[in-house]
Amino acid sequence: MDNIAGRKSGLTWAVHIAVVLLVILWLFPTAGLFVSSFRTGDQISGSGWWAAFSTQQRNEPAVRVGGDEVQQGGRFVLQGDLFPNRDMTIKAWGTSSRDVEAYEPGATADLGDGVTLTLDEGGTFTLAGPESFEGQRLPRVFATASSPPEFTLANYENVLFSGTAGAGVGQSFINTATVAIPSTVIPILIAAFAAYALAWMDFPGRALLVAAVVALLVVPLQLALIPLLQIHNVIGIGKTYMGTWAAHTAFGMPLAIYLLRNYMVGLPRDIIENARVDGATDFQIFVKIILPLSFPALASFAIFQFLWTWNDLLVALVFLGTDDERLVLTGRLVNLLGSRGGDWEILATSAFVSIAVPLAVFFAMQRYLVRGLLAGSVK
Amino acid sequence: MHPVLQGMITVVLGVGICIGYFYFSNQFLDKVLYPARGPNAGRNINRANMIRPWLFMGPAIFVLALYLVYPVLATLWFSLTDRDQGGAFVGLANYRQMAAEPKFLEAIRNNMLWLVVVPAMSTAFGLLAAQLTDRISWGNVAKSIIFMPMAISFVGASVIWKLIYDTRPAGADQIGVLNAIWTALGGAPQTWLTIEPWNNFLLMVVLIWIQTGFAMVILSAALRGIPEETVEAAIVDGANPFQIFFKIKVPQIMPTIVVVWTTITLVVLKVFDIVLAMTNGQWGTQVLANYMYDRMFRAFDWGVGSASAIVIMLLVTPILVWNVRNARREMR
Repeated sequence: MDNIAGRKSGLTWAVHIAVVLLVILWLFPTAGLFVSSFRTGDQISGSGWWAAFSTQQRNEPAVRVGGDEVQQGGRFVLQGDLFPNRDMTIKAWGTSSRDVEAYEPGATADLGDGVTLTLDEGGTFTLAGPESFEGQRLPRVFATASSPPEFTLANYENVLFSGTAGAGVGQSFINTATVAIPSTVIPILIAAFAAYALAWMDFPGRALLVAAVVALLVVPLQLALIPLLQIHNVIGIGKTYMGTWAAHTAFGMPLAIYLLRNYMVGLPRDIIENARVDGATDFQIFVKIILPLSFPALASFAIFQFLWTWNDLLVALVFLGTDDERLVLTGRLVNLLGSRGGDWEILATSAFVSIAVPLAVFFAMQRYLVRGLLAGSVK
Repeated sequence: MHPVLQGMITVVLGVGICIGYFYFSNQFLDKVLYPARGPNAGRNINRANMIRPWLFMGPAIFVLALYLVYPVLATLWFSLTDRDQGGAFVGLANYRQMAAEPKFLEAIRNNMLWLVVVPAMSTAFGLLAAQLTDRISWGNVAKSIIFMPMAISFVGASVIWKLIYDTRPAGADQIGVLNAIWTALGGAPQTWLTIEPWNNFLLMVVLIWIQTGFAMVILSAALRGIPEETVEAAIVDGANPFQIFFKIKVPQIMPTIVVVWTTITLVVLKVFDIVLAMTNGQWGTQVLANYMYDRMFRAFDWGVGSASAIVIMLLVTPILVWNVRNARREMR
């Protein structure tokens, strides 16, 4: 449509390339987390995640040779595998940190005093000398090795099912779901009735109430924390799920009423008036006509509210508390960032566990989400 | 009782009570209080119809009043009192104390930066993405991917970006992309999140990354709503694609750009999770919402905490007034 006259193919290419760049830029961060969650801690800290798909060559930390020596033809020989249980190929090695790539695999290094060290490609070393190594400091080996790309599900197993390594991420997952689901379901009905009244019933003060809802839409919930916590403590639901559900229900209410009202106002007037003429009460009209017709708006709000309650940190911290057995996923992640800031295999996996559900909801229901966004802001 | 079970019961009970309330209150109104029969049938129907809206809105109004209106007033009151003196009225003492704190001034300064940079960059990128993806066949896939971070929590996004800003000692392989590029260009590895004032911008990047998708979706719909005649007329007059975009399209979607801008501004004012998770306000990155959390729940200083919450409210107020005025204009 834009360039019917004189379509410029060069410009079209530029557009494609620009979008590819944007997409890569936007996908890259999440991809990093995703790939990292399938790598072992050693791999993550050894090389960038973008190198995970290629055969990796890296300098292993120094390993001191060791094992039982045997006497062979007048020489004392010590043999063993430098990297037991690991599938890697030695590319180069050295015995001093100053020259870590001094020798080829299979070569023999002369360590002085007649002591020789051999390291072959597979990691098998042979140390030989004229005197017993008993009580001596054995040499260290600096190896540069390459290993094939390797991915593992062990992180997920650790994080979700073992209590210690994952530090309760599985429990937090259940906690988050326990917070999010009732907090999504309960506000819908309450808001829908109110939205119907604001959209289709005539009464004095209606305009004022709509304006109040619009105003409350932007009130920062930061202001509500302390007074509400006080109330909750007085009625005995401070730091409980009950209090968290109530808070989420209330904080989602303005958006719910606003979205649903905007949608209901747009429903055809004829249907409602015909039903009235036929003697239907408002309650019947609402339940039998408005509610089914408003399904897209209800779905939009439900997705918003679910994403928001699942991803929320502040409300959960304040109203549910930071006790270990009630910590939600976001709170757990913040703790992990503090206590295990370097353990990327645990962090990445926990983070991915926490964003997997919202992402699934997002991709499954994107249509309704977009519709809700448009109804909520363009109006 | 197990919380999961408790949750299920709450869902069932909550929905049941809602339906029960609405059904029986309507029944009561129509059958008992003002029955639509007998000598006063007409008057009764009118009366019932006057009361019914309030039945429908009752629970919502109760919830909004208790959980949003009352707390705003209560917080205002807390900000003027001192908890240590048994809640005595102290005037503006909390505000004065707060204004003298370097961390508060830092938070204000940073918040101003956030307020300019994040909405501007998100809107700009969103506009760019909307315009570009609308013109290509696989635009919807691209849109999905750019929109995706919207579903990720601020904390999750913080973890994602912390990996990008990660630092390893010099000589070791860098696992953070930023340092990998930096060292490939010959620099020494940096601990990015501790470098003032640039670390602020690194935190803003996280929010820009999240909010661009939102801006793109809204602006893309607005771009599609532009009447084709205006664009065609411009083509006939020999305008090039850039002129069409900046002189024909952007002016027509200006109201939508303003809406996107203000919506992102609101998100920025409440941003808390990103700063908490990435730096916790250290190294000169404090923002108002995190400062408030710090005062309220770590220092337990309700007075100053409430005062900073009121500052956030004051910053939101212009947008609130503007939104309400727009909504009222639409109602007419």
